[in-house]
Amino acid sequence: MTILQMIFYLFSAVAIASALFVVASNNPVRGALSLVLTFFAMAGVWLLLHAEFLALILVLVYVGAVMTLFLFVVMMLRVNVLSAREGFVRYLPFAVLLALIIIGLTIIAVGPKQFGLTSMPAPAAEVAGYNNLADLGMVLYTQYAYPFEISAVLLLTAIVAAISLTHRLPTRRKNQIVSKQIAVKRADRVKLIAMPSVKKINLSDKPSEAGEPS
Amino acid sequence: MEGLLLVGWIVVKIIAIILVLLLSVAYITFLERKVISYMQCRIGPNRIGPLGLLQPIADVIKLLNKEIIFPEASNRYLFVIAPIISLGTALAAWAVIPFDKTAVLADINAGVLFVLALSSLGVYGILIAGWASNSKYAMFGALRAAAQSISYEISMGFALVGVMMAAGSLNFQTIVQAQAGGIWHWYWLPLFPLFIVYWISGIAETNRAPFDVAEGESELVAGFHVEYSGAVFALFFLAEYANMVLISALLAVMFMGGWLSPFQGVPYFESLFAFVPGFVWLLIKLSFFLFCYLWFRATFPRYRYDQIMRLGWKVLLPVTIVWIVVVALAVQFKMGPWFV
Repeated sequence: MTILQMIFYLFSAVAIASALFVVASNNPVRGALSLVLTFFAMAGVWLLLHAEFLALILVLVYVGAVMTLFLFVVMMLRVNVLSAREGFVRYLPFAVLLALIIIGLTIIAVGPKQFGLTSMPAPAAEVAGYNNLADLGMVLYTQYAYPFEISAVLLLTAIVAAISLTHRLPTRRKNQIVSKQIAVKRADRVKLIAMPSVKKINLSDKPSEAGEPS
Repeated sequence: MEGLLLVGWIVVKIIAIILVLLLSVAYITFLERKVISYMQCRIGPNRIGPLGLLQPIADVIKLLNKEIIFPEASNRYLFVIAPIISLGTALAAWAVIPFDKTAVLADINAGVLFVLALSSLGVYGILIAGWASNSKYAMFGALRAAAQSISYEISMGFALVGVMMAAGSLNFQTIVQAQAGGIWHWYWLPLFPLFIVYWISGIAETNRAPFDVAEGESELVAGFHVEYSGAVFALFFLAEYANMVLISALLAVMFMGGWLSPFQGVPYFESLFAFVPGFVWLLIKLSFFLFCYLWFRATFPRYRYDQIMRLGWKVLLPVTIVWIVVVALAVQFKMGPWFV
């Protein structure tokens, strides 16, 4: 076994174990963190396939941005662990059936028949100075230009939709108007009141007993 | 045997980088206290060793000897893993930084992406620390730090897109080589807005003053690492300073010509300073940015949280997007003298 193979098996084992833990763990935060680990291990496997751009983008986008926001939400929830466990036995037959169906479909779709050197010949060796990145960009902006642009427009639509949904009327948010904040003068906020620092004492009065120890 | 030797040689290089980095981190903490002291008309630490120079060593010994306290209600594993993630990502990014023409640990094609990916992983250390401590202040600090990092990562990434377009590559060596030709060819000039945006975002990304609300001591005690003590706290400390050095190095490499000599193309001085090795220039540029970190800390008051978010999303991001268009046009039409 070469070093590369050892690294591959290490990353795969981590990916599978952490993927199992995502569904098996009681705690949603630990589940989300295991999902992060799964992504990370898969990025390692992709690196071994010479897909360094995809691997780094996987870490950057999914691990760095998507899962962080996901964790954000999960951390602030207080999920009741016991109620999540209820009905385990009741739903078990359906779950097993579903799992079997999905496994069967997966095997039909991407079973051992589709792989092997006969159906998937090994790619030609890379020439020296081969740049995975430049190649990907070339393909993305020529062959797949339309799908690429359409998906970008779809994402833009999603952004616009999300923003307009949060900003719909009636507005209950309280916003700061920054131009007003900057334009504020001292006189608007603070008033200096002249106070005499020494009080006039009427000498005819009896002195108070405040100074005496009680 | 050949392969083993190669692996051994790489390990030696890694250890050399990490040792130098850790030592410099120790002395940056000393420098920070000294610089800020002089800026505030104080003397700073001067008791241990000549001129107080052994102060960081004493600090390290103190930190390592302190007891590590695990909060009763904390999540033990995650509590320990969090500082490891913080420090690990801060150190791993150094693999792709070029120190000289040939001195780089991993000269990979997607170097810029690698650094971006690792710096986005660093958020997990903070988030996990805040959650695993099971403490309100730690949680608040972690949420603030994470929100801030995510927001500024976007303008940071966009600023880097400008650099990538200008250099036509994601490889750090190519980016440095593309800036060859003297101080006016370095990218700080043609990409000036991106340079400033990257600088500000870098400071925000490392959660340093004036963007250090994540550990705003007047509100949150110490932020996400409230519950940490002793050696595990030291790891967070190390990670923060290692990240500062990293951001300074990235600024030097991407906008200040990395290891290129500033006298390139100047008639007399070029030959006069030709003997200076490249990493000395990199070190000088890097030190300037590091000093600025300390200078800012002594100068600026802390930003309010909504102002930080506003700056990131409504000021820096539009600036970068506009300037990316400008750079794209300049590169397309080969605008001289930079993009010929």
